Amino acid sequence: MKTFELSRRALLGAAMALGLGGQAIADGHQVVDSIHFLIPGGAGGGWDGTARGTGEALTGAGLVGTASYENMSGGGGGKAIGFLIENADSNHGTLMVNSTPIVIRSLTGVFPHNFRDLTLVAGTIGDYAAIVVGKDSPINSMDELLAAYDADPSGTAVGGGSVPGGMDHLVAAMVMEAAGKDALGVKYIPYDAGGKAMAALLSGEIAALSTGFSEAVDLANAGEVKIIGVTAPERVDAYPDAATMKEQGIDTEFVNWRGFFGAPGMPAEQVAAYQDALAKMYDTPEWEAVRARNGWVNIHNNGDEFKTFLEGQEKVIGDLMKKLGFL
Amino acid sequence: MIEGILIGLQTALSLQNLLMVIGGCLIGTFIGMLPGLGPMSIIAIMIPVAISIGDPAAALILLAGVYYGAIFGGSTSSILLNAPGVAGTVATSFDGYPMAREGKAGKALTIAAIASFCGGTIGAILLMIFAPMLSSVALLFHSAEYFALMVVGLSAIAAFAGTGQVAKAIIMTLLGLIMATVGEGALFNMPRFTMGLMDLQSGFGFVTLAMAMFALPEAIFLVLNPGRSAQGDGGAIKDMRITRSEAKSIAPVIGRQSLQGFFIGVLPGAGATIASFLGYAVERNIAPKTEQEQFGKGSIKGLAAPETANNAACTGSFVPLLTLGIPGSGTTAILLGALIALNVTPGPRLMLDDPQIFWAVIISMYIGNLVLLILNLPLIPYIAKILSVPRNFLIPFILFFTLMGAYIGQNNATELLLLVGFGVCATVLRFADYPLAPLLIGFILGGMLENNFSRSMQLYDGVSFVWERPMTLGLLVIAAFLVILPSYRARRARARAAGIADGD
Repeated sequence: MKTFELSRRALLGAAMALGLGGQAIADGHQVVDSIHFLIPGGAGGGWDGTARGTGEALTGAGLVGTASYENMSGGGGGKAIGFLIENADSNHGTLMVNSTPIVIRSLTGVFPHNFRDLTLVAGTIGDYAAIVVGKDSPINSMDELLAAYDADPSGTAVGGGSVPGGMDHLVAAMVMEAAGKDALGVKYIPYDAGGKAMAALLSGEIAALSTGFSEAVDLANAGEVKIIGVTAPERVDAYPDAATMKEQGIDTEFVNWRGFFGAPGMPAEQVAAYQDALAKMYDTPEWEAVRARNGWVNIHNNGDEFKTFLEGQEKVIGDLMKKLGFL
Repeated sequence: MIEGILIGLQTALSLQNLLMVIGGCLIGTFIGMLPGLGPMSIIAIMIPVAISIGDPAAALILLAGVYYGAIFGGSTSSILLNAPGVAGTVATSFDGYPMAREGKAGKALTIAAIASFCGGTIGAILLMIFAPMLSSVALLFHSAEYFALMVVGLSAIAAFAGTGQVAKAIIMTLLGLIMATVGEGALFNMPRFTMGLMDLQSGFGFVTLAMAMFALPEAIFLVLNPGRSAQGDGGAIKDMRITRSEAKSIAPVIGRQSLQGFFIGVLPGAGATIASFLGYAVERNIAPKTEQEQFGKGSIKGLAAPETANNAACTGSFVPLLTLGIPGSGTTAILLGALIALNVTPGPRLMLDDPQIFWAVIISMYIGNLVLLILNLPLIPYIAKILSVPRNFLIPFILFFTLMGAYIGQNNATELLLLVGFGVCATVLRFADYPLAPLLIGFILGGMLENNFSRSMQLYDGVSFVWERPMTLGLLVIAAFLVILPSYRARRARARAAGIADGD
């Protein structure tokens, strides 16, 4: 159902781009003619939603004439990064979406490249992480999950959509550590797609699922899961029923940023134009609609700020991974 | 279920999807008619087209249309030329060709079209009834059961080797499993066997591999055997009418074979080919003595039986694909790969997560069968003219679509090198008479087999899940049976269908 909606949304976006693009030129506030979004994962994932949502807002607000999208999955995003670097000269019109995994996977050495090899355009949004349980689960809060874990550590597995040592695992480990448990004692079961992890949750194979908050909100609205904890500093407007980790006595916060990268050697004026378009996007009602719908948080980091932010995150995550024994 | 049917109708009746059905059926009929090009090659060529559509429902509708269109079309060349385009229609030529030589080609085509239509339509009704039932059971499956299911899927390969090549089939399966380990598994942080190449980080591309196995060797074979094109001597197509008494005598055959064919199709490993042979044999055995002698000499029952059974089986093979996510045949393996490439995981969750895909495909089968009936009844004399097109015109087309398809999917020139490299290997293997479908099935199931196995190992701290979970144990026992029975049967029935495009 999800992909169906997405494709409809994409169509709508394209229609809007066609209709409003021309009007925008007349208004004279169009910043960029066109952007080609490179999405390192398949349709329907978090990166896909970010790129298409951003494109929808940019074209809808008339900041960008047209937006096109290309899904290039493979190597957990490594393929798209490699593609962008190898074909840098012909991709000055391309923006690649990426997020926390680019930091994690460069640290583990899976990617031969890291964010320094790319042109840093801007970090635009964040998404909190969440722990969810199935709708029929007897567990209703983090306390109850921890109690179940204490009673039967090996029978209380937590699943996620990333490889061991990947983001979903790190979040689960962070939460357990903050709750005073042995972070490495938690059985983390990886699934290669969110849908399969969901199936495992509903069939009772895993007790809880570590996932992104915006995905969790979709599932909760569909009545399939209960969100028992969010890694946000305070409750999020998109789903105020979900309690934060902090108010349940687990002192941890985590936000998965998402942002845009360009090919290495992208001309400075072009980078500036993209940054300008993205900066102006925040004030538009079109962006506010997209943001609210997805439960994202605005975290805007431009150019050099983005670099500082990424270096900071590299350190924080690197320390955590060393502490947890993943590095 | 009513709600599902409505969703399906809504999706299937959209203009885009109607065009998909009609287009798929047309392409399937045309190419299925050409001797030598089996449904697997056609579907392999069509995958990039389907994937570029982006909408999984439309893609599956198109590919399914091509599939049963090819089975439909294959019967035409079986009847007119005695040169089956598809292994599943070999049995059709037993009685269809003698009829054509008696000057009853038109009648034979009519019977084949009606039998195919009934088989396909009744199959679709059965699919609608049984798939949801199976799906609701499969929702309880854990990783352990999925692992066992993959073993069932792999064990069915023994049945593929119906021509007595069990050892070869097993070797090819192992090769496929080995190839599936290349790249970064979902459960491990490190890439394996990539030789440091970024292009291999996500493993071999399914589209590239499928086309290298089924499309490229086909083109190479046509180049190497330019004289393979058969000349028709089946006579002109004149009277296409059938009498009331003829209709009466084939009606029970169609009824029986729709059911039998469907259930054979559901069994993993036993596709349209086996269903058509079995259907022919059963009908021959239960026919009255006087009619029995007619079999092989132009019996209308002998024509209707395999034609009904192969179409019903073709529909039946969608049951394990859509409900359990395991392919029952080489063709459905390709469909499975295409769906995975579109980020849809066929399996019990499909009906819940993407009901529009599930139901739209079933509804499209009714539409497709109607389209094919229309296509085959009044238009067949004209369509059959394609049989006289020299096949060296086909070769550039196949090469073009294959190479373009591999490149467009990934925008990566390395795929072309892989495609050609594997294509050459596949051609050599085909010369040595190694079946290629098991390799592709091993490749597709390999990743899932490994992931589910290691997940179960982690959950149970060892292999205890094999005996602790009764459903896992049961499935593994079924897998063992599937290995032992067909290899026993294959020993008896060697060398049955040489020189025909593999797969069904």
